[in-house]
Amino acid sequence: MIQALVFYLFAAVAVASGVMVISARNPVHAVLFLILTFFNAAGLFLLCGAEFLAMVLVVVYVGAVAVLFLFVVMLLDINYLKLREGFLQYLPTGALIGLVLLAELLLVFGSWKFAPDAPLSVGTHVPDPAVVTNTDAIGRLLYTEYFYLFQIAGLVLLVAMIGTILLTLRSRTGVRKQKISSQVTRTKADSVEIRKVPSGGGI
Amino acid sequence: MSELPNFAPALPEIFIALSAIALLLLGVFRKDDTTQGISALAIVAMLFAGLLVPAAAGGRSVTFGGMFVVDGFSVFAKILVLLASGFTLGMSVNWLVREKLGRFEYPVLVLLATLGMMLMISANNLIALYLGLELQSLALYVLAAYQRDSGRATEAGLKYFVLGSLASGMLLYGSSLIYGFAGSTGFDALARSFSQGAPIGVIVGVVFVLAAIAFKISAVPFHMWTPDVYEGAPTPVTAFFAVGPKIAAFAMLVRVMVGPFGDLTHQWSQVIVFISIASMVLGAFGAIAQNNIKRMMAYSSIGHVGYALIGLAVGDQVGIRGVLVYLAIYLFMNVGTFAVILSMRQKGRLMEGIDDLAGYSRSHPMTAVALAVFMLSMAGIPPLAGFWGKFYVFMAAIDKGYVGLAIIGVVTSVVSAFYYLRIIKVMYFDEPVEVLDHGTGKGLSFIVAVNAVLVALFIFAPSSLVSSAGTAAAALFGG
Repeated sequence: MIQALVFYLFAAVAVASGVMVISARNPVHAVLFLILTFFNAAGLFLLCGAEFLAMVLVVVYVGAVAVLFLFVVMLLDINYLKLREGFLQYLPTGALIGLVLLAELLLVFGSWKFAPDAPLSVGTHVPDPAVVTNTDAIGRLLYTEYFYLFQIAGLVLLVAMIGTILLTLRSRTGVRKQKISSQVTRTKADSVEIRKVPSGGGI
Repeated sequence: MSELPNFAPALPEIFIALSAIALLLLGVFRKDDTTQGISALAIVAMLFAGLLVPAAAGGRSVTFGGMFVVDGFSVFAKILVLLASGFTLGMSVNWLVREKLGRFEYPVLVLLATLGMMLMISANNLIALYLGLELQSLALYVLAAYQRDSGRATEAGLKYFVLGSLASGMLLYGSSLIYGFAGSTGFDALARSFSQGAPIGVIVGVVFVLAAIAFKISAVPFHMWTPDVYEGAPTPVTAFFAVGPKIAAFAMLVRVMVGPFGDLTHQWSQVIVFISIASMVLGAFGAIAQNNIKRMMAYSSIGHVGYALIGLAVGDQVGIRGVLVYLAIYLFMNVGTFAVILSMRQKGRLMEGIDDLAGYSRSHPMTAVALAVFMLSMAGIPPLAGFWGKFYVFMAAIDKGYVGLAIIGVVTSVVSAFYYLRIIKVMYFDEPVEVLDHGTGKGLSFIVAVNAVLVALFIFAPSSLVSSAGTAAAALFGG
């Protein structure tokens, strides 16, 4: 009973804030609503018993992605009203595509049935949730069964890193950089000169 | 789950991945300009991987929990991809040095993109397929925008990235529908699930996957990005786009359609027939009005994809053999043509207009002959290689009763002959306005010569290519 209540609460807030994300006038508000959506989705994951996913969602999406969005929105001087100018013009096409997709989805779910051997292939690899925690279970699968995919994902991230550096790093001339090694290796002999100043003579 | 997977079938991929990382480290730690050295090493790595590919495969073997498959088909496609990458990287070195754009990341990214293509070809699981595709695409997006001070290149990169992400989204959506039905993403399990047909939801999923891959091979109606990206991206990158990724995506398309969805042929073959006809027609008519040779090549490649798709629409072993022969010949024709385009320089600047070729036959007689050979071959004029590529595809179609498709193919190739012959006319009969530079690099001339000879003399030894394509196709059908 309480579970159902909490589910509907999270779900309703998630949907409502999702609508606000695309309808808010102020982009900063839109990002904040996005964060609210993420929090509610995390709540829904918790209800399913997927505590690891819930935490990762908060840490990665709220902590990193949404904050990055916020930075970008605040740093870039984009005229959002201008971006919305074509909204009414594209509305009929967009609505038509949306309707077609909706009809397709209804068709799909209306006639949905599972393959006869689907339950067999789903259940085989997953460790028993009663015995291991779900972080443990994900780890066990990720580093054994899905090791290959894990490695390729690593390579994809490497490419992303090389790409960012390649496209944005510029070595400018005339920049005065701090050279720590030369600062540290400076000795008293290099920098201090002791002279005897004769009285009344000056240097 | 305690024992290690069998790494042997994936040896070429592991080698490429490790050498990409090693070359990256080398580039970072050497302070001087190492582009040329690293490019040379990358080409050596690809050659070595090309030797490893047939050595690592013996019959069909599956590893990494069934996610990675090696068979005759993957060997054939991987060798084509490695050839394409090796050739195009060889063509780029000269350009990088001349345009003073040499950065060691370029060969590393080409190597990683090649790795992505090889993983796509060997994918035996929807997730593995997606990750291979992303690895390849991400490297290509960066390469398209490589010339970052040029507005056109940046626009090309951005356009490619946005549309490519859309295609990835469609692929994931389709895959999720398929997974929802079968409860598995492995191709073998999917093939078992679909042996008794599939409900409408799965067909929608298959169509989404098909649309996403059609985007990657730039088949109509998912071709919109091709001319802009080909024109905007730096020419060596365009050359790379035109061959390697297309062949890899095509091989992936064939494996996905024939493997897991092999029992649903009736459902998807009409889609393939449609995009094949649309691509042939648009490729033929779209290129006529182009004055930029890179744009023209973009439309030409859309047309070629249409012809190759005929073989897939037929869907049997003979049809797939036709596809493989077509792709191999397409590789040599395109590499050669782009090598000629890369040597079109005027006072050190790279020229892209078709009119700039005026009088080319007088200033560069040998290269002009080579370009004429490539153009005639693309138009499908016997006895050049391009004719045989079309021949095997059309024969497969006629055998299976797809006479209409073959007729449309012949008609559109006659139409497309117009713009291929126009280039020859400009080269041989137009008065030159300004002469193009001489001596644009020994490497380029060598690549032009090799490919021209292969294309021109294919008729004397067609059997080696056709029979190896035949064995590759047979491997896919469990023969």
